[in-house]
Amino acid sequence: MVNEKRQTKWRRFAACSFCLPIILASPAALMHSQYMLYLCSLTCIYMIGATGLNVMLGYAGQISLAQAAFFGIGAYTVALLGPKLSFWLALPLGAFVAFVIGLGLGFPSLRVKTHFLAMVTLGFNIIVYLILVNEDKWTGGPYGVFNIARPAIGPLSFQSPALYHVLIAVVTSVVLLLALWMLNSQWGRAFKAIRENEARAELLGVSLRNYKVMAFAIGSGYAGLGGALIAPLFGYIDPTMFALPFSFQFLLMVVVGGIGRFEGPLIGAIIVAILPESLRITQKLYPILFALAAMLIMIFMPKGTVSGVDWIYRKITGKEELQLTK
Amino acid sequence: MLEQLLIKGMSIGAIYAMLGIGFCLLWQTSRLVNFAQGEFVTVSAFLILLFYSVLKLPLFLATFMGIVAAAFVLGFVVKKTLAEPLMPRGNIAFVVGTIGLGFLVKDSLTVFVSAEALPFPAMIPQKPLHYAGAMFSSLDIWNICVAAVMIVSLHLFIRKTKPGKALQAVAQNRQAADIMGIDAQKMILLAFVINAVLAAFSATLVAPIYMVKYDMGNELGLKAFYAAIIGGFNQVRGALLGGFLVGLIEVFTAAYISTQYKSAFVLLTLIVVILCKPEGLLGTKEQ
Repeated sequence: MVNEKRQTKWRRFAACSFCLPIILASPAALMHSQYMLYLCSLTCIYMIGATGLNVMLGYAGQISLAQAAFFGIGAYTVALLGPKLSFWLALPLGAFVAFVIGLGLGFPSLRVKTHFLAMVTLGFNIIVYLILVNEDKWTGGPYGVFNIARPAIGPLSFQSPALYHVLIAVVTSVVLLLALWMLNSQWGRAFKAIRENEARAELLGVSLRNYKVMAFAIGSGYAGLGGALIAPLFGYIDPTMFALPFSFQFLLMVVVGGIGRFEGPLIGAIIVAILPESLRITQKLYPILFALAAMLIMIFMPKGTVSGVDWIYRKITGKEELQLTK
Repeated sequence: MLEQLLIKGMSIGAIYAMLGIGFCLLWQTSRLVNFAQGEFVTVSAFLILLFYSVLKLPLFLATFMGIVAAAFVLGFVVKKTLAEPLMPRGNIAFVVGTIGLGFLVKDSLTVFVSAEALPFPAMIPQKPLHYAGAMFSSLDIWNICVAAVMIVSLHLFIRKTKPGKALQAVAQNRQAADIMGIDAQKMILLAFVINAVLAAFSATLVAPIYMVKYDMGNELGLKAFYAAIIGGFNQVRGALLGGFLVGLIEVFTAAYISTQYKSAFVLLTLIVVILCKPEGLLGTKEQ
């Protein structure tokens, strides 16, 4: 029992230390270049969105191809309401709006599974995109919204890339730990029970409706939060950013990183955001290499790159792999 | 006006129907959902262009060679290298694999070939036709005819020939087919090849109208998917109905309601069908 508790603590500590490098990377990146810092910020935001998808797909077993749409909902909430209200209100509002819409989108998951669910969510993504493009009275149409200001509290302005990165890193760490806590709680067990066998989960008293819908809402809320953070980072947004390929990218992040493992999407986010830069020689070829790598990883490493990390960990420490969630 | 829209809708719907039928055949035999269906069309179109513009073959021969090449690459190679290892891992693995394949195709084409739209020769001269006050292109009639011939011959192949019947047997009950001595893997390969040929034929139909571009498959692949789901995944005639429905809904909403939201209406139909009758309009419930 004590051992169990200590293990849980150790897991949480491990999670913190996983988040830390990114936060610590910021001063180093600052010295190196502003662009590296921007990539670190982007990685953090991708981590939020990918973790959201991992909660839905990896833990609860419900596929969603609407992550980009929820990013868009969060981003447009901040871009349009930020100047009128305040960034600090618009940020949680963006996440909340995405959460509520995600709650609605979760209901189809009660009726349909696998590729049908993929199709419903994909359809939702396209409809959101069409609304963003065509309702130009509100959304600025295909040109999007420009000059999205970064937030400030009194004299403390998050205008500089370094300070804004600190804000993003703090928010990222908080929500990642929150997700870790949730996945290690009764909720995480319920999600996994549903993923493994719906009928059995229901028989054991897990409310399919509540948990499936909540998985969707939480995952979408994470994407909304990511979007709310990404709008001031870019400074401008337009609908094409939130089209279908971006949703596919999140799916690849989760799967390439390691589906159903907490660290998986974090690694996936790094691969998608930072690796292209470190492989600068490949330049235009990077997307091709990434697509090829995604296919090869699916074929040869079905558990994602995280299984490679496990292997290294085993070789060094001789212990079993580090599981952040039970 | 009405006849004109009907013919336009049928013409584009015929292409969706062909792609949707390929989709259904794959699903029935292998339980795999191909997210790169649209890119299959793109690849076929570029293969035909390779034979026609680069190797300077006459159009008919180039089209034939392109279709054969597509059947080999998209049927045989994809089945052996991507589908076979991913099949035991379930549907999501193949979905991700084919999404990766789709990105691979699009990114490689932009980098190595061209990001511009390329013209594509039509098999028959393109000229406007007038009939009873309606005006349409000769290509519209050509599309409907080619699709009809393809679908009827596919139907005859499945119903009348031995490999066709074996294919049907695998689709209906894999275990029973195994017991009867049918090699399921071979039949899945056959389904992949048929799907590739259907994609290549629809490439010859769609490319003269919309030109050849690296991302031409995005919309097409989705529409094929909608067609299959609306009509019913486990019935070939379902995809046929679904394809025409998608084409008609698109053309009619564009004409009467809103051009910007034409895809949205198709999607709403799709979502309503999925939620009310998940097996599709003509589909049967699966055990």
